[in-house]
Amino acid sequence: MNQATIGYRVFQAFLVAFLVGLGTFIMVRVLPGDLAYRIAAGRYGYDLVDSVAAEAVRLELGLDGSPILAFLSWFWDLIRFDLGYSLVTGELVRDAIFHELGHSVDLAATALILSLFIGPPLGLLAGFRPGSIIDRLVLASSVVFRSIPHFAIGLVLIMIFSIQAGLLPVAGHGHPLSRVLPALTLALGLAAVSSRIARDAMIKVRESDYYLFGRTKGLSESQVFFRHGLRNVSVPIITYLGMQFVYLIEGVVVVETLFAWPGIGHSLVHAIVARDIPMIQGTAFVMGLMFVFLNALVDFLNRLVDPRERVV
Amino acid sequence: MSKILGAFMVVLVLLLPFSAFAAPPMIQIVAPWEISSKDPSRAGFVYGRLEVAETLVNVDLNGSHIPGLAASWDTSDDGRIWRFTIRPDVRFHDGTLMTTETVVNSLLIARQKPGVLNRAPVESIEADNEAIVLTLSEPFSPILSFLTHYSTMILAPAAYDESGNVVEVIGTGPYRITLLQPPQKMEVAVFTEYWGPQPKIERAGYLAAGRGETRALLAESGEAHVVFTIDPASVQRLARRDHLEIRTVPLPRIVSLKLNCAHPGLEDVRVRQALSLAIDRAGIAQAILRQPDLVANQYFPPSMQAWHLSDSAPLRYDTEQARHLLQEAGWHVNDAGKLERDGQLLQVEIVTYPDRPELPLIAAAVQDQWRSVGVEATIAISNSSVIPARHQDNSLEIGLISRLLALVPDPLGILVQDFAPGGGDWGAMNWNSDQLSAILAKLIVSGENDTAEELNRQVSEILHEEMPIIPISWYQQTVAVSRQVTNVIIDPFERVYNISAMEWNEQ
Repeated sequence: MNQATIGYRVFQAFLVAFLVGLGTFIMVRVLPGDLAYRIAAGRYGYDLVDSVAAEAVRLELGLDGSPILAFLSWFWDLIRFDLGYSLVTGELVRDAIFHELGHSVDLAATALILSLFIGPPLGLLAGFRPGSIIDRLVLASSVVFRSIPHFAIGLVLIMIFSIQAGLLPVAGHGHPLSRVLPALTLALGLAAVSSRIARDAMIKVRESDYYLFGRTKGLSESQVFFRHGLRNVSVPIITYLGMQFVYLIEGVVVVETLFAWPGIGHSLVHAIVARDIPMIQGTAFVMGLMFVFLNALVDFLNRLVDPRERVV
Repeated sequence: MSKILGAFMVVLVLLLPFSAFAAPPMIQIVAPWEISSKDPSRAGFVYGRLEVAETLVNVDLNGSHIPGLAASWDTSDDGRIWRFTIRPDVRFHDGTLMTTETVVNSLLIARQKPGVLNRAPVESIEADNEAIVLTLSEPFSPILSFLTHYSTMILAPAAYDESGNVVEVIGTGPYRITLLQPPQKMEVAVFTEYWGPQPKIERAGYLAAGRGETRALLAESGEAHVVFTIDPASVQRLARRDHLEIRTVPLPRIVSLKLNCAHPGLEDVRVRQALSLAIDRAGIAQAILRQPDLVANQYFPPSMQAWHLSDSAPLRYDTEQARHLLQEAGWHVNDAGKLERDGQLLQVEIVTYPDRPELPLIAAAVQDQWRSVGVEATIAISNSSVIPARHQDNSLEIGLISRLLALVPDPLGILVQDFAPGGGDWGAMNWNSDQLSAILAKLIVSGENDTAEELNRQVSEILHEEMPIIPISWYQQTVAVSRQVTNVIIDPFERVYNISAMEWNEQ
């Protein structure tokens, strides 16, 4: 990657930080409901939230002050890498995000790796014999796994692997095997789509002139696949990985709640309900940066496998 | 595909010997409540339930006050000065000795934060030799009960920073925290220098699992030993499992409709009674809660013996009578089948919140049942804080709420707030009863004595008659308990899990 691209990504990161911060700030302020009451409900729970608690929160946090000043102060803190304190828990937002994002990244990365072992190999297999029984089976299962919600896939997996077989923990974290079921739940959904991408890419590559030429000059099926096929098939799969992050973020919210996994998706939903502004801004900011970073990574990987990009 | 799945299973089987979950070395508790903070005013319930921190006063299963960190107490004749003698030789988990100063420090900090102490007329809290002296500006009998609440738990001085924020939970309980990962996980181990008897169970874990399905599956797989709040749909399935026992405990909580009695339609007591008559409580309890005996036939559930009327005429479901009362109040059914008076329709908005998942369903059922007598109700589902917020700005018409009547074992403290003249955030709204106010004032001064029973009874009767709040259903806590543990005591006040009393089942 050259300097101009890196510079562009850094600029993009800065822009994302500013826009995400501004966006979440405005959205939280225009949402209906009194901020002080919302935060008090988040802090003290529905049995203890009342006007006394709300007034105490309002006084403590100075919620009557100017919103423009509040935003500017948040942005000034952000430039100094200070994300502030959660209005609900009183913990440092940085620590909460570090703890929770760490768990989410752990889960997402495991899911992504698992899905790479399931989706693309099956897709390639199907792509080798389009129209075969394997191809149709892969198509059918990918339709099933993509259309069933995560929640249902997760429940079925728990029933099979934990209740019936007694092999894996139902939920929670801390045990090395705890991540298997939530990651598998996400991975099946991811693999459902990446197998399709891999299949189509494989068919296209197999039909290409260079592939046919490789076969014609006497290379075996596996030789031509590993020398000329794999690299070309990888490009659309890697590009598609970038888009799967969105799917992962969406899935993580549901899966984390089902498996009692202490991740960022789960905590972001809670933060939004409780109007925990620093927590929402901090989380959205870090997620925004992650998107920029991951897209940059995908670009980088594509350049690595596809030399044509480097020449251009 | 089958090859990959097969390989995957092989890996799992190979990993099996390393998995610790099959035979957990600790008692695992699972509940829906997240650990939101270290601060007792926000998440003290979890530190109290796992016996990490303690309060001055405790309660037994019947709701009677028993000594906690205070060994004894007495009160002055005018009921304004309370002296609590502190238990000697109590150590905090950091090894420091509990003194009267440390207790006063904790209480003063608790009083500055929302909770219960800031709702009591406390004038001063001071240390005096071996005792704590609590001076009230006026007699307030629920104070003893307030001191059992988790927001008043006693922590070591090192638990607080200079501005009173809790930085570490250092209590005096039989268990100390070994791992704290908010919002979901906590682990505790026995505190060997505990002042009371040493518990048999050495380690315990707490996991907050928000989904009912997850909790039921955790109980079913045997990973968890005590699982709280089992959803109605899972109860029958779990009851069939040999390794589990399902227990239910009535809770002092009620689902009710909070009516704005200044609303032009709702100010007439006959309309309020008619609305109550038009609710099919048995249907709601059967179809939504799947517990037919949770039908609320009066305001106070049977578990609140001192307040429950065993002989009162129960709230009925009688649409004929409802129509009759509405007609008496001047509401007539128009051509469209809706109630109308002087050209105005009887329209109301029911506000509720999804924190307790049954509430929106109950709202829909009530809306449908009221439609049959001509009442036009709309439903707004929002956040729990909207109820007090819209009570304050007077825009609430009807709130469908779930109210914990015994936030502290003695409900008097709650009743005084809920039925203060004009109403309370979670109680009546724009409703007054001089008689009720007078009785509550009397009870606040006198507390538990001979006349209390009769006065409690009058309170129940007034609420029953006047309907500022329409009761719908009561609650119960459903717990799945593993047969691997014995002596599991479920506290109806949800203060403690009593892990210190549990034992492993040797059989």
